Amino acid sequence: MAVGLLSISWLLPVVGALLLLFIGNADGRRNGLIRWWTLIVSIAVFGVTLAMWASFNPGSAEFQLVERHPWIPSFGIDYYLGVDGISLLLVVLTGFLTPIAVLSSWIGIEKKVKEFYIFLLLLEAAMIGVFLSLDLFLFYVFWDAMLVPMYFLIGIWGYDQRIYAAIKFMLYTMAGSVLMLIAILGLAYLHNAANGVYSFDLLKLYTLDIAPRTQFWFFLAFAVAFAIKVPLFPFHTWLPDAHVQAPTAGSVILAGVLLKMGTYGLVRFAFPLFPLAAAYFAPWIAVLAVIGIIYGALVAMVQPDMKKLVAYSSVSHLGFVVLGICAMNVNGLQGAVYQMLAHGVSTGGLFLIVGMLSDRRHTRLISEFGGLKAVMPRLTAAFMIITLASIGLPGLNGFIGEFLIMLGAFRWDPRYVVFAGVGVILSAVYMLWMFQRVYYGKVTHGENRTLPDLLPHEWSSVIPLCAIALVMGVFPTLFLEPMEPAVTRVVERLQNTQTLRVERERVERTERFERFER
Amino acid sequence: MTSIPASIQAIVPMLSVTLAALACMTWEAFRDKGEPDRMPVGALGIVGLLGAAISAAFLWNGNTTSFGVISGDNFGLFVTLVLAAVGILTIMFSSQVIHRDGIVAGEYYTLILFAIAGMIMMATANDLLVIFIALEVLSLAVYVLTGIRREDPQATEAAFKYFLLGAFSSAFFLYGIAFTFGLAKTTRLDVISSFLAAQALSDNPLILVALGLLLVGFAFKISAVPFHMWTPDAYEGAPAIVTGFMSTAVKAAAFAAFVRVFLMAFEPFSADWAPIVWVIAAATMILGTVVGVAQTNLKRMLAYSSIAHGGYLLVGLVAANEVGKAAILFYLATYAITNLAAFGVIALLGARDRENDELQDYAGLWYSHPGLAALMTVCLLSLGGIPPTAGFIGKWYIFSAAVSAGYYGLAVIGVLTSVISVFFYLRVVVMMYMQERGAEAPVIHVNAISMTALTVSIAAIFYLGILPTQVLNSRPSTTCSSRGASRVRRGRPAAA
Repeated sequence: MAVGLLSISWLLPVVGALLLLFIGNADGRRNGLIRWWTLIVSIAVFGVTLAMWASFNPGSAEFQLVERHPWIPSFGIDYYLGVDGISLLLVVLTGFLTPIAVLSSWIGIEKKVKEFYIFLLLLEAAMIGVFLSLDLFLFYVFWDAMLVPMYFLIGIWGYDQRIYAAIKFMLYTMAGSVLMLIAILGLAYLHNAANGVYSFDLLKLYTLDIAPRTQFWFFLAFAVAFAIKVPLFPFHTWLPDAHVQAPTAGSVILAGVLLKMGTYGLVRFAFPLFPLAAAYFAPWIAVLAVIGIIYGALVAMVQPDMKKLVAYSSVSHLGFVVLGICAMNVNGLQGAVYQMLAHGVSTGGLFLIVGMLSDRRHTRLISEFGGLKAVMPRLTAAFMIITLASIGLPGLNGFIGEFLIMLGAFRWDPRYVVFAGVGVILSAVYMLWMFQRVYYGKVTHGENRTLPDLLPHEWSSVIPLCAIALVMGVFPTLFLEPMEPAVTRVVERLQNTQTLRVERERVERTERFERFER
Repeated sequence: MTSIPASIQAIVPMLSVTLAALACMTWEAFRDKGEPDRMPVGALGIVGLLGAAISAAFLWNGNTTSFGVISGDNFGLFVTLVLAAVGILTIMFSSQVIHRDGIVAGEYYTLILFAIAGMIMMATANDLLVIFIALEVLSLAVYVLTGIRREDPQATEAAFKYFLLGAFSSAFFLYGIAFTFGLAKTTRLDVISSFLAAQALSDNPLILVALGLLLVGFAFKISAVPFHMWTPDAYEGAPAIVTGFMSTAVKAAAFAAFVRVFLMAFEPFSADWAPIVWVIAAATMILGTVVGVAQTNLKRMLAYSSIAHGGYLLVGLVAANEVGKAAILFYLATYAITNLAAFGVIALLGARDRENDELQDYAGLWYSHPGLAALMTVCLLSLGGIPPTAGFIGKWYIFSAAVSAGYYGLAVIGVLTSVISVFFYLRVVVMMYMQERGAEAPVIHVNAISMTALTVSIAAIFYLGILPTQVLNSRPSTTCSSRGASRVRRGRPAAA
């Protein structure tokens, strides 16, 4: 059994974690070794994801580097992995953010270091698995397995309210995803009814002809699972708790990758599997997305806590992504995927730097800071870049995604864009206002005068983030090109079935009318 | 197995366990008063159980029948294997625990072995009367095991409650058998099935009475709502390791017989009993999880959780198809191993004077005993049905049976209650990992045998969770009696 690149990409962190298990570290003497080991493993995984990109043919819409082995043959369950342009970039994002998360906990995590890094690596493996799976059963296994390490990361190494946040995170996500499990089983059963065999193969399930009523319910089951993950308003209440209480590495991964699993799920599963239901629900979901954009921004504005501010800004930004998906055209979808990547980089960066401040001062309240520019100019510069990226300044990564989303949404229905535009302005308001209060002005608290500027390990995590934000802003084609065929295929699939349906209905209506005439 | 006459091949597993039990009893009887009472007694039991497992493996796909009432079909053999595994693990866990608690080893192991012999009989029996005898054999042993710590008032009370309600349920069951016999003039399941296939409920309402009484009898044994009241008290009062044994082995045996009676003998009337079992299953899942949330004692919590798991198993029964039957078997295996391992950890953490089974006692366990805490976590996650553990595959299988039979509503109740159940499993995890222990925790030394048993269980949990194909493909759900009866019924004119 040959092991391909895709398998290696998720097995490598698992093996790395298992090997960590054998390093005795009861007294914390080997913390350094463990940190370096995890860093090396995670960089190696990043290397593997880049190798994936290198061997990826950007011109094709098909799934590539496919690996397929029977797993539970009696139910048509396969170990079935593959990437297209959409998942490829998200896997690379995961590979990119994990070493940064490792670096972000270099000093901050002192208790049970070994276990921390084991959970971090297992989390990475599960996240990569989610993006690579083309078998719904396998997808669900990764999707649910991912909860456990995250739960421990929040619950053990988080801040004061960590237990509440961890349990809320786990139960919220599970409650959504178990209903999806029923829908997955239902799909396999429908495949059995139509073709005589069970199958969880996504590509086969795409071709199923599902009755509109069934689509309605199954779409709902899938969409709620993903909406909770995104999180779409009003399913977002777990997010501020989880983000704020999680340790920095947890927040970086949570904001950077985990939330994208929800939007990825919408693009990959919910919309293309049930195109009719998608067309029916899209306006409603878009309304929720727009509410989320504005609501998230307004709530972010009044937060006294930096981390909470960034958390609510995620609700707002992810609203854009969902709006782009709901537009169901190439611009909107491309913008959505691009915005997923951009948000991963910029919000990951924001949490990272907020974490640095919080490690130094053990508080995240904006009022505790002020005038940091004079004390730590380099950190301020980095934060500036990331902030501007997050606002969507042209030339940085946030702009491209938001622009494309607005373009797509405008083509669909300009009314949404009017309201979403307000969100863009508001995001500038809350981000810049926070920036001003934290970094400008006089140093109001004496403790802040002696804070050290960026440390070596912090440099090594900040530089790549700023660099990639710039690259994504200046050379968007680099990322838009590989995703284009895949995005186009999804859009075609959505539009074809929908027009078919509309036409069939029109024909039926005319027939009925003619019959009536006669 | 060729040297053994074909007519008794099917009883070899049972025989092997019974012989081991007799050997244990003799050993205990001839032990001098001052002689230290040590492990070899348990080793005898393990030999007997291994014998049962090996003979079951040899009989696989053989479809042998002994005396016309014990059938060595894959269904019964699979449950036999599960029971043998449960027995071996129980004995291994007990090796440390019973010495600590001052329980007489000979008596204890003898009772365990007789209980298992009765369970194997129950799982392979093809006749209502034999099922009843088996039920009594196993019940008597388990009543005594519940109260084996004679000086503990709580244990005595638990045993007494269990005995009274158990006897009550046996009476129901026997009454049901009597009615069935009165109708069909036989107690053989296959004959009953072909008799019933030619009947209609409207002709003979007594069928409903028989069905109902048998259902109540089984519902008591598997502690389905509303016949579950004895369970929390019995489970809390018994020593932890006995609770583990009861909640897995008894349930496995009772479910095996339940499935046989309802999916074989009463299969022609599945359309009539399925709605009732639907309601019972839903109520069992809901009550088990919702009340479980409110518990602060770990054993009591797991008692409610095991009630809920009975509900999931009932979902497979409601589905009443081949997928459902196979799902029940697989779920029984995963649940048995997982739950027993969890109780094993609880038992190991106890002390002679104090059981340490309050939730609070688990605070900071990860800091004092990281290994045990990790093993317990795996068990709890598996009970909660989180991949990649065995519990997930079990739940998935059960719910796919429900979906394939069109019971979406039941599947939705099932998954939602399993989320609630995750909440209370997580509470234990929170205690172990996220709370610091106030006082210095007593250091518990776990002996090699118990540790081996735990490691094997955890390995099995992951094995069944990641590579279940081997087990799923072994066609465990084959029963040897002809399944023609149901076809006859479907062909019957509607006017009948």
